[in-house]
Amino acid sequence: MTQSLEKFQGETLSWTVKDGVIELALHRAPCNEIGSLTLEDLERFVSALQELQLDAHALIVYSTMKPGFCAGADLRELYKRSTAMDVSSATSGVRDYLERIHAVMNVIDDAPLTTIAAVHGVTFGGGFELALVCDLIIADKMARFCFPELRLGLIPGFGGIPRLKRDLGNAVVRDLLLTGRSFNVTKAQQIGLVSQIAAEGEALRAARSTAMQLGKFDRRTAQAAKKFIKPIPYAELREEIDLFCELFQHPAVAAGLRKFVESTDALPYLP
Amino acid sequence: MNTSEQVVNEILTLAASHFKVPREKLSPDEDFFKTLGIDSLQALDLLTRLENHFHVELPDYELQGVSDFRALAEKIHARM
Repeated sequence: MTQSLEKFQGETLSWTVKDGVIELALHRAPCNEIGSLTLEDLERFVSALQELQLDAHALIVYSTMKPGFCAGADLRELYKRSTAMDVSSATSGVRDYLERIHAVMNVIDDAPLTTIAAVHGVTFGGGFELALVCDLIIADKMARFCFPELRLGLIPGFGGIPRLKRDLGNAVVRDLLLTGRSFNVTKAQQIGLVSQIAAEGEALRAARSTAMQLGKFDRRTAQAAKKFIKPIPYAELREEIDLFCELFQHPAVAAGLRKFVESTDALPYLP
Repeated sequence: MNTSEQVVNEILTLAASHFKVPREKLSPDEDFFKTLGIDSLQALDLLTRLENHFHVELPDYELQGVSDFRALAEKIHARM
């Protein structure tokens, strides 16, 4: 594992810094599922970010995995751990995990530099939530977004609901959450979720071009503008964790997780 | 406006091209999972390409129970 502040190569992600732009690359096969390993690496990243952001004006988060940006929480790990203990202990473990994830997400959301999620392919669940903490989402033509949690008897738990409400109209939020359907980048741009669409495979290039432009602006002004226009919904984020943990205890969740895990599909994401 | 039959043909051509399967090996009533050798992730990829091609939005839950190209074409045609 290569370690320095400006260059890190971990098991699930790596980062580099060049010309004032931090690039965080996710690379855990098959599709950057966020489990305990990724969480540890993300915690390393946000710790380093405290110093990196002093000299950087932009952060780009992207994936090197072919299927997409991020398929969400590692449901197989969640199932394995939660079935090894009683419901109360499992719920407690889930709460701890969510609080750590939220801490990471909140740091990125509030970072004093412009953040860009360059997404392609599957951008589902926790992956969608990771994109939502960024200031801008630049997506390639094959990006597909979804909050499938309702299919498991859950709601998004990584802060997706408060952030969706922050960014989109309530009717759209209801549609996405209550139907659990996936949607393409054309729809995503129509509803104001995605700021730019790139050709297939070109989201990172577009993000880099945007980051270069951002470097021309006065950093202090950009920071002040971001703080003014982008509130962090801390109270609702805590409420989301409480609701998630309450729902997690229902038998439907264990059944939904079991069905997911027992599927022979590599990524059983059709409803 | 395209007929349903035209939609089927365009789907078969697009699927053959993207998944690198000879066009003549695909027929409208065959199971596309088996014929193309794809999983659900690749099916979502195909769905995105078809939405982009036909300029429609097709909720993925409409694919439930749909496994042949003709049925898929009917779903897409119903959104055009």
